[in-house]
Amino acid sequence: MLQTTYTPFNFADPFMDMRRMQSAMNRIFEGARGPGQSATYPPINLWAGEEGIMMTAELAGLTEQDIELTVKDNMLAIRGTYPDPETGDDTVWHRHERADGTFLRSIELPFRVNPDLINARFENGVLTVEMKRPEDDKPKHVAIKSS
Amino acid sequence: MAQEMTTQNTQDVAKNNGDANRRAMAFTPIVDIFERDETTVIMADMPGVAPEDVDVTLERRILTLHGKVKPYAPEGYRALTSEYRVGDYIRSFTLSDEIDQAKINATFKNGVLRLELPRSPEAQPKKISVKAG
Repeated sequence: MLQTTYTPFNFADPFMDMRRMQSAMNRIFEGARGPGQSATYPPINLWAGEEGIMMTAELAGLTEQDIELTVKDNMLAIRGTYPDPETGDDTVWHRHERADGTFLRSIELPFRVNPDLINARFENGVLTVEMKRPEDDKPKHVAIKSS
Repeated sequence: MAQEMTTQNTQDVAKNNGDANRRAMAFTPIVDIFERDETTVIMADMPGVAPEDVDVTLERRILTLHGKVKPYAPEGYRALTSEYRVGDYIRSFTLSDEIDQAKINATFKNGVLRLELPRSPEAQPKKISVKAG
């Protein structure tokens, strides 16, 4: 007998196209800016749950004041400015690999989020943003009656 | 910032030395190095590392920076997209000047390690005055 795996509440499929879309967009805009900094900066990690979505980004060297987050419907924008490196007439540079300047990235989320229930933390150079889905937007389980 | 694919002199993904219990990968942290007022300053990006998990060792002239990351996985969530990977940070430097080891100053703030390495007085260039004969 052929066995089929059946997951009644499978999250993976509806987001697969989203991911494909995001990576396709990333490829298009890759290198659109100057060398060294790709258009998709900072790199982000996303987690999805039934209640909402979680985003993390590594932004070492910034402080809470340097980061600006904006959310509208299902679009999340991160804007940040790195502090200017310490320069002076007597400074001799040996290596300059760390980021500077300003960045802006917009991320399309798989669903709308409630702007009142956003929890953003910045700890040890990692930004964590927790977003909840609006109550009326959550997937609903439909009970099936037997006739 | 996870620039794990940046090619540098060292290996990008370092091997775990000995400690087999640690599964985390190790990356080369990106650094700024500059010199000012007889002091060499090294700034290394180590996002995700807690200040108490940073280890700086200076053995002879080899300076090793090591940051341990506690892997983070939110409960009740599953990974959707992963554009960067999380792991430890290891990078070594060979210092060219004699460093005044007693005066090394290390601070860690917002995921950035800042090391101030003052040159020892013996190593500082001396000015020799030339007298007219």
